[in-house]
Amino acid sequence: MKWLYDFSYLTHAIHKGLSERFEPGTVVILEMVMVGVAFMLLFAVLGLVLVYAERKVSAVIQQRLGPMRVGKWGTAQTLADVVKLLLKEPLINKDADRFLFNLAPFVIMIAAFMAIAALPFAKGLHAIDFDIGILYIAAVSSLGVIGILLAGWSSNNKYSLIGAMRSGAQIISYELSVALSLLTIVVLTGSLQLSVIVESQADGWWIFKGHIPAMIAFLIFLIASTAETNRGPFDLAEAESELTAGFHTEYSGLKFAFFFLAEFANMFIVAGIGATVFLGGWMPFHIGTWEGFNAVMDFIPPIVWFFGKVGFMIFLMMWFRWTFPRLRIDQLLTLEWKYLLPINLMNIVLMAFLSLMGWHF
Amino acid sequence: MKSIVNYFKEIFFGLKSLVTGLRVTGHYFTHPKEIITQQYPENRETLKMFERFRGEVVLLHNENNEHKCTGCSACEVACPNGTIEIIHKRVDVDGRKVKALDTFVYHLQMCTMCGLCIPACPTDAIVMANTFEHAVFDRSKLTKVLNNPGSKIMDGIK
Amino acid sequence: MEETVYKELESEEYFINMGPQHPSTHGVLRLVLSLDGEIIRKVEPHIGYIHRSIEKMCEHDSYQQIVHLTDRMDYLSCHINNEAVCLGVEMGLQLEVPERVKVIRTIIGELTRLSSHQLWWGVMGMDLGAITTFLYGFRDRELITDIFEETCGARLTMNYNIPGGLMFDIHPNFQKRTKDFITYFKKKLPEYDDLLSNNVIFRERTLGIGNLSKEDAISFGVTGPTGRASGFSCDVRKHHPYSAYNKVEFKEILRTEGDCYARYQCRIDEMWESLSIIEQLIDNIPEGPYKAPTKAVIKLPKGEFYQKVETARGEFGVYIISEGQKSPYRLKFRSPGFSNLSALNHMAQGCKIADLVAIMSTLDLVIPDIDR
Repeated sequence: MKWLYDFSYLTHAIHKGLSERFEPGTVVILEMVMVGVAFMLLFAVLGLVLVYAERKVSAVIQQRLGPMRVGKWGTAQTLADVVKLLLKEPLINKDADRFLFNLAPFVIMIAAFMAIAALPFAKGLHAIDFDIGILYIAAVSSLGVIGILLAGWSSNNKYSLIGAMRSGAQIISYELSVALSLLTIVVLTGSLQLSVIVESQADGWWIFKGHIPAMIAFLIFLIASTAETNRGPFDLAEAESELTAGFHTEYSGLKFAFFFLAEFANMFIVAGIGATVFLGGWMPFHIGTWEGFNAVMDFIPPIVWFFGKVGFMIFLMMWFRWTFPRLRIDQLLTLEWKYLLPINLMNIVLMAFLSLMGWHF
Repeated sequence: MKSIVNYFKEIFFGLKSLVTGLRVTGHYFTHPKEIITQQYPENRETLKMFERFRGEVVLLHNENNEHKCTGCSACEVACPNGTIEIIHKRVDVDGRKVKALDTFVYHLQMCTMCGLCIPACPTDAIVMANTFEHAVFDRSKLTKVLNNPGSKIMDGIK
Repeated sequence: MEETVYKELESEEYFINMGPQHPSTHGVLRLVLSLDGEIIRKVEPHIGYIHRSIEKMCEHDSYQQIVHLTDRMDYLSCHINNEAVCLGVEMGLQLEVPERVKVIRTIIGELTRLSSHQLWWGVMGMDLGAITTFLYGFRDRELITDIFEETCGARLTMNYNIPGGLMFDIHPNFQKRTKDFITYFKKKLPEYDDLLSNNVIFRERTLGIGNLSKEDAISFGVTGPTGRASGFSCDVRKHHPYSAYNKVEFKEILRTEGDCYARYQCRIDEMWESLSIIEQLIDNIPEGPYKAPTKAVIKLPKGEFYQKVETARGEFGVYIISEGQKSPYRLKFRSPGFSNLSALNHMAQGCKIADLVAIMSTLDLVIPDIDR
């Protein structure tokens, strides 16, 4: 069972087993395929689980039961929905730009796949450990907006276009805040490498170790990342009461499913980044010198810790979505440029000062 | 200076108002007992409509298959939508030809459940039933004949 | 110099058909928007998608039958619409209805107003993106519809009034249920404030949006909470009391700002007022018959009769022209939604699409009420 606590045993065993049988070049390709398939499966499962979770969370918040019919407690509801979406006719507008229209959902999915590759799921379970991990994720996660813009432009629908333009303005602005709030923690770790950031939180998570600036940074990250994933209260790109469905108004069937899946995948990714940088990634929760308590916490496998923290972040986002009204586009930009960005910059200076004086733990 | 204080005040009170909202939804999230959804087809046994609920018009029959309708057409006149159609026949009573009910046709698809026919009936022959599951696969099934086959008028109803 | 730069940057206007199928037009209203980017230059409402010629149908129906047609106009204040027709007919017949009828009509009318405002509150939140409020609004409304169902026999299109009184007496449980509802709703109404009224996003979305001055409100004929939020004192219950409104004490909610938030707050305050009106009356329902005797065929004397009432949306008028027959020669409804909609273009100019949605929902339009 030791591989459950350190996945490098498992990955090394696989690597060794493959190297004995194949050429080094083939091994690399095979491993890449394995990782790719693993992520695809992860996304599929994530889609199913998160859609179900979202529906149940929203239902309980709204004093409803949510899906109850398909399977026990409606657990197979999302599966049934997937089948329905697969069987639906993929309609394309008569005057749509067919190539771009078909390309857009894939661009969004590719961006999500690229971003998830850099996430450390558990000890040794890390597809690629860039030494510029945070920079990479910040760069890649903003690629998704290209897909949204393409979708909005190629649909030949004014609602879609407005939604896409809103989304463009929104994501470009909020990218800044996400990156800067992550930088606040990078000031403490001194490294952009995600595995190093996780290791540096072995004795305590940055949100606790970094005092008030880290908490402010976490709050800003939470707001900005919710905005970056186009979720309520920042779902202006969809804004169903204004733009019917925004950028994916014209999509149906499988292509719509891709957009839908990408939303949840992106949510998982930003929650994963937040959990990694602020909440200690797969590190268990430790309290100072409570040996017994810490031993119990260590007993829980790291992967459970990671998914637990991600789940917590995702729940926060869902809670926001089902409570708040939507912002208007100019208020959205005001929030970013007049509130989040200046506070963020001040926060970084404050954090740098704390770090310089060694006032953090 | 004052504007800076106001700036932070704004942020503080803004965040506070958001937390108040989160507390309300959070309360319901943590109290799943307060869920009010009723699962409809499952609770058919216990689901009871209020007695006055207007579902559809029925012609009351007693155990001897007798009803109280004299075929006077008062309900047909009172109905705003032409939902009720009374078809008469002539029967011999004591050697006289008297108007009587032949078929009581009720077009459920046209009925607005306004209930005007009930007080219009001089003999209280019709009432509004509580049924509400009116969905059928064929529109023609919504045109109903309310008097049972072979039924006749109760004695003493004029 | 500046002007030339502006000219070069000037963009073309484009049009969007918002509706007839659109989530926030609350039915089959079609708005043709002229947009400059996201900024609205002009809103042109196109109506008639749910026109059912109710006024024409009234010319062939008897006076008892007309009542149930008004259920289907402004279905959220159906009881008050019914009341208007009945009051009009009673005015024509010079019929004095029993006190009991007046009080019951008032109580159910106020319950209708409450249920309408609850639904509006939920929909308002949903239009602004807070979907949860929709469910909360319906949750509380459900209790009122239960009261209606028990006493009137239907949840939405109740048709409880008849010329001369009520269809049947109130149900024995009516008073208890209503009192239970009042205690329940007094606890839930502050929740509405927590979720929307005090929420910083909601305030930003509504404060100073869609301004309507008092003069404009009067000249557009905007009535109801929408008009009162602009300072136009137009509460029919206060100025021309009908039924039992002269027996109860209540405030006419007036605000002067005339923006979306004022309209919102106006309705929230009206809910408190409605609760207090019901509280004053619920224990004082006088004994007596539940209807005045009328002939089976009502024939109004020759003449013209106008009766106006205050529905949840504003002033609702019934104008009956009678030639002495059993159905009116002509019947005209003055519906509040139609006049309120006319001010939309004036209010929405220069706003963004998101603001238009907020303005629309604070106008509280019911499309069948506009088209009839």
